Amino acid sequence: MLAENELLQHPGFTSAAELTALPALRVVQPDGQANEELLSRVSDEELIAMYQQMLRVRLFDRKCIALQRQGKMGTYAPFEGQEAAQVASAVCLANKDWMFPTYRDHAAAMTRGLPMQTVYRYWMGQMDGFSVPDELNILPPCVPIATHLLHGVGAAWAARLRDEDTVSFCYFGDGATSEGDFHEALNFAGVFHLPVVFFCQNNGFAISVPFARQSASPTIAKRASAYGMDGIRVDGNDAVAVYLACQTAIHKARNGGGPTLIEAVTQRFGAHTTADDPTRYRDQAAMNEEWRRERDAVQRLRLLLTSKGLWDDNREEQWIAKVGNELVNAWEEAVAKPFSEPIEMFDHVYSKMPAHLEEQKKLLAGGGLA
Amino acid sequence: MTRMLNMVQAIRDALDVKLAEDNRVLVLGEDVGVNGGVFRATDGLQDKYGPERVIDTPLAESGIIGSSIGLALNGFRPVAEIQFLAFIFPGLEQVFAHAARMRYRTRGRFTAPLVIRAPYGAGIRGPELHSESLESLFAHTPGLRVVAPSNPYDAKGMLISAMEVDDPVIFLEPTRLYRAGTRDVPEGSYRVSLEKAERLTEGRDVSLFAWGAMVPVALRAAEQLEKEQGLSAEVIDLRSLMPLDKETILSSVEKTGRAVIVHEAHQTAGLGAEIAALLADEAVWCLRAPIKRVAGFDVPVPPFSVEDAYLPTTERVLAGLKEVVMAE
Ligand SMILES: Cc1ncc(C[n+]2csc(CCOP(=O)(O)OP(=O)(O)O)c2C)c(N)n1
Repeated sequence: MLAENELLQHPGFTSAAELTALPALRVVQPDGQANEELLSRVSDEELIAMYQQMLRVRLFDRKCIALQRQGKMGTYAPFEGQEAAQVASAVCLANKDWMFPTYRDHAAAMTRGLPMQTVYRYWMGQMDGFSVPDELNILPPCVPIATHLLHGVGAAWAARLRDEDTVSFCYFGDGATSEGDFHEALNFAGVFHLPVVFFCQNNGFAISVPFARQSASPTIAKRASAYGMDGIRVDGNDAVAVYLACQTAIHKARNGGGPTLIEAVTQRFGAHTTADDPTRYRDQAAMNEEWRRERDAVQRLRLLLTSKGLWDDNREEQWIAKVGNELVNAWEEAVAKPFSEPIEMFDHVYSKMPAHLEEQKKLLAGGGLA
Repeated sequence: MTRMLNMVQAIRDALDVKLAEDNRVLVLGEDVGVNGGVFRATDGLQDKYGPERVIDTPLAESGIIGSSIGLALNGFRPVAEIQFLAFIFPGLEQVFAHAARMRYRTRGRFTAPLVIRAPYGAGIRGPELHSESLESLFAHTPGLRVVAPSNPYDAKGMLISAMEVDDPVIFLEPTRLYRAGTRDVPEGSYRVSLEKAERLTEGRDVSLFAWGAMVPVALRAAEQLEKEQGLSAEVIDLRSLMPLDKETILSSVEKTGRAVIVHEAHQTAGLGAEIAALLADEAVWCLRAPIKRVAGFDVPVPPFSVEDAYLPTTERVLAGLKEVVMAE
């Protein structure tokens, strides 16, 4: 046996204690004060556009919760609190890039151009809620945790093989980092040096389980080094920091620089889903109050914009009214559209419907009776 | 003493009883501790037995099942919760390649007596992959016991038996029945066999086999048949899917000469095919009509707005019964 200090002094030794939390990249402070040098990399127009989109998706999220409560939608996964992470990352993607979202990433998907009506229809349990416009490379929300990271790897691989400068961008939560597929995806991406960005929104909880139960390491970003890729931890409630980190990682991937793991530290204000009761596992009222006061991404960006004279109450009011109309119109369209017919369940199972399915389809068409 | 419990409460009660009387029993999984499980099947158990015995694990099904195997090798009795049955996919390697084969490949030296509990089935307006019925995957794998209770009494008694038997058990909990009704459930310990079907109604004209959430559907269809045609169906709740209770299945069909099998899993290669094959093998001379399966269609369980049409309904089961009783 080696004495403990012999081991400690060996250059090949890393102690668990070295795994301290990394500092997170931050450009804008909670009070709206910014690092002007870094802030200058983002144009005023970009800042305004991100803010408008963050406010838009927040209002959408609240509307969905209300619709679920009225029994008009199924179980819904809210993202309030994570707007900066989702919006400021999605705006960095080019149209041809691939996006692999989870069930909580509809803010990102909508930022990318997924129609609001589609998102409504998805949570209404309608089949066309799974369809994506032809011009977008997005899969429907991935429900099984972490499994889609490997699809991102494969899509990035395809880009490399075809010599295209397309980038894959994968969204996932902190809980996902515990699954084996997380490891496999990062390992493949490292080995094959692929143009993929792994974007983890560390919101501190996987349903009720706090991050400390997912990992004995205080940081996710640091794991990147074990896969031979760059890792960066950003303040996920700072839209500007998220934007700069994602832009850099995407640019690097597009230009042959390989994969990056980004950990955006954030929080969800509300429940895991509308079926969840967060008061069972955290002091929801106190956290919510403190988070909204100190970490709210929307408020932070608004403070910045206001201080720069780019936004005011008047513009805020107008924007809210505009989004309000959009929310209502999209909802009205979503419910006016015919609902899925049971018979549609037989479509798209195979490239060509096998005989036994034809028979079953007929059976259902005839009232489902034998 | 008995209490009126629904199925979730009965399952919780079974865990409570065994945690109290057997310190080898551990409960582990995602959100089972502080949160008490997303369906509350482990509600309050961590408070009562502590975080070393009722354990919130990292989010990793292979981790949960694989490490349960290691615990079981060393005398523990892990009861792993998989949050919804389809989320067992990342852990299937551990189930199929290891839990099921431990006894076999160590020539009886070691076993992996763990229980994997999972809510399963459709009809709860769940999101994608929250509604699957995968029982035939497990029944097809030698070494696993597979059971699916349909009421609170059986759920408690079978879960206690599952925690005591020296084999890995896949314990399937029909989500739709979790809170569908209450039953008198005895306090403390009692056991329900992991190998016996239960005859729920006596009938002369046709045998109707079902399990899990299809049992109430089968009962309603049988009632309807009686009303409409004055014919009686013998409804049998299989309860155990591996092994099948051959004796009960065969003796019923020997009497009625007709069989309808209902399951919500896809029809093709579902367990209905196995039961039909069993009847063809061993009871074909008693059959007076073709065997009928009423099952979920061979499509992925569709989004919840149309899931009711995927599931066998009372009407579909009744139509199946009529087809079989009218043949001849
Ligand atoms: C393979 C798998 N296991 C379990 C679940 C059930 N489940 C849904 S969301 C969730 C927590 C996910 O936490 P995290 O990855 O941190 O993402 P968040 O929900 O916080 O966005 C769990 C356990 C699932 N969907 N897939």
